[in-house]
Amino acid sequence: MKESVIQVKDFRKTYGDFVAVDGISFEVREGEIFGLLGPNGAGKTSTLESLEGLREPNGGSVRVAGIDPTKDPRGLRNVIGVQLQSSALPESITPDEAMKFFCAYHTVAPRFDLLDRLGLHEKRKAQFYELSTGQQRRLALALAVAHEPQVLFLDEPTAGLDVATRSELHDLMREMKDNGTSIILATHDMAEAEEMSDRVAILLNRKIVATGTPMEITATGAELTKVSVRTRDSCLSGSAVSLPAVSQHLSKEAYEIYYSTDVGPTVAAIIAHVESQGDMLIDLRVERPSLEDRFLEITRPNVAAGGAQ
Amino acid sequence: MTAFLNHFSFEFRTGIRNKTLLLMNYLFPLGFFLMMGFVMGAINPLFIESMTPAMVVFAILAATFLGIPDPLVNARENGIFRNYKINGIPSISILVIPALTTMLHLVIVAAIITAAAAPLFDAPLPVNWLNYVLVFVALAFACAGLSVLIGVISANSRITVLWSQLFFIPSIMLGGMMIPSSMLPEVAAKFAQLLPAAHAMNAFNGLAMGNTADYSPWGSVIILVLTGLMAFALAVYLFSWDSRNTTRRGHPALALLVLLPNLVGLFVL
Repeated sequence: MKESVIQVKDFRKTYGDFVAVDGISFEVREGEIFGLLGPNGAGKTSTLESLEGLREPNGGSVRVAGIDPTKDPRGLRNVIGVQLQSSALPESITPDEAMKFFCAYHTVAPRFDLLDRLGLHEKRKAQFYELSTGQQRRLALALAVAHEPQVLFLDEPTAGLDVATRSELHDLMREMKDNGTSIILATHDMAEAEEMSDRVAILLNRKIVATGTPMEITATGAELTKVSVRTRDSCLSGSAVSLPAVSQHLSKEAYEIYYSTDVGPTVAAIIAHVESQGDMLIDLRVERPSLEDRFLEITRPNVAAGGAQ
Repeated sequence: MTAFLNHFSFEFRTGIRNKTLLLMNYLFPLGFFLMMGFVMGAINPLFIESMTPAMVVFAILAATFLGIPDPLVNARENGIFRNYKINGIPSISILVIPALTTMLHLVIVAAIITAAAAPLFDAPLPVNWLNYVLVFVALAFACAGLSVLIGVISANSRITVLWSQLFFIPSIMLGGMMIPSSMLPEVAAKFAQLLPAAHAMNAFNGLAMGNTADYSPWGSVIILVLTGLMAFALAVYLFSWDSRNTTRRGHPALALLVLLPNLVGLFVL
């Protein structure tokens, strides 16, 4: 097993009487992409900011590459890269200037190639306020990785990006991971978290409620399989049809959607019913629960997997 | 050193590139200089006697009090300082570099005013150039320090404007630029000694322009330098990386200590 680069043990963060994070523990290994997920107010930002040295923990311990962020902030600066929100640069700075400026403080040569790679070639002389939101985020990312940090923190990295840039960013993340960089990915995009993360932790109400690989997380849910069916004559529509092992049912557009605890008998019953009614199957899809389904199940306990209302 | 030069170079260019800063650093002081030269010169010929230092003082007040604090507050509010902190940019650079670049812009503006005042308006030139430069530097240092301090302690842009105007407007009215201090009521003249502009005009008159100072001109220079030193020290001490959930090292009211040299000067000079 690879060496642990981030260690968070019984970490607690409070603001006055308000408890933002209540005794969480997790580890991130070398060359691992670790997804930190949770609804707004769950404690993600407080956790990230404490790891980045912007906040002081009120309890427990935090180590990043062996460094205590509160005791050695200078040492921390050289091992971490952080992509903050897009507006965190002066509005008149150009991408070229920003690259020179930040690299000079990290005592490394400017990485203008990253600007080109992230599609900022034509905007290198434009002022920050003239860049689109997506371009600002790409610049923030280029600056975060320019000094080749050991640990990279990405906060909603693909928000506002087009498909091509998003794909380029994912390639860059994989490349960095292959080179041994550990990445903490805080995102609301569950598809991205599922695709990119080696492991994820779900924060809810100031505590970690689930941790593991995306596959492990989805497997520990209610284990409902989503079956979507569309027929020529809509013989399944309405609530009169009774199917085995189905715990939830909803209609969406021309589809009937069933959440089944045992997919085999459910699908067999659907086919039998369609045949008996002289109808014809047009589409039938069987999907395992996604990370998003499981996330919703955890964070909105009154809502069934799959977002069924 | 490379990092410092990069930072300095970027901030200096911002002073020209940013429309608000361009206005405060160059357009407003130079426009005001021309307007005052043509209008006040015709209304009150006596004004021309002190026009050169008065317009230099005005340029310093505009560039510092109206130009420095707001970008600092906005940068803190927008998370730019947090980004700087993460990337190892020291707070001292964040506070000192904008002040230094503003002072460099002011050197250019002051040189234009000084060079143009005599041929355009027949204004007298300084008789002691070294002291002229010294008083200029002392005032620019004091005002830059005070402006940085205002930027550090202000909770938002509206408060920044309030604090800045608290120095700027009385300085224009009572600082000896429009009306000589000797013509002010005694109470107003005494109150004016709390303002860097009044000390600067007193020092310019006594040390550089060959006029009579109302009180010790060297005392005024010392007060300006002490004000600048205290202002920068307090700004560094009270600096906060962001406005959210951060405990400041000291209460913002500590900033009032910056008035101490001027208060002492009220009784000593």
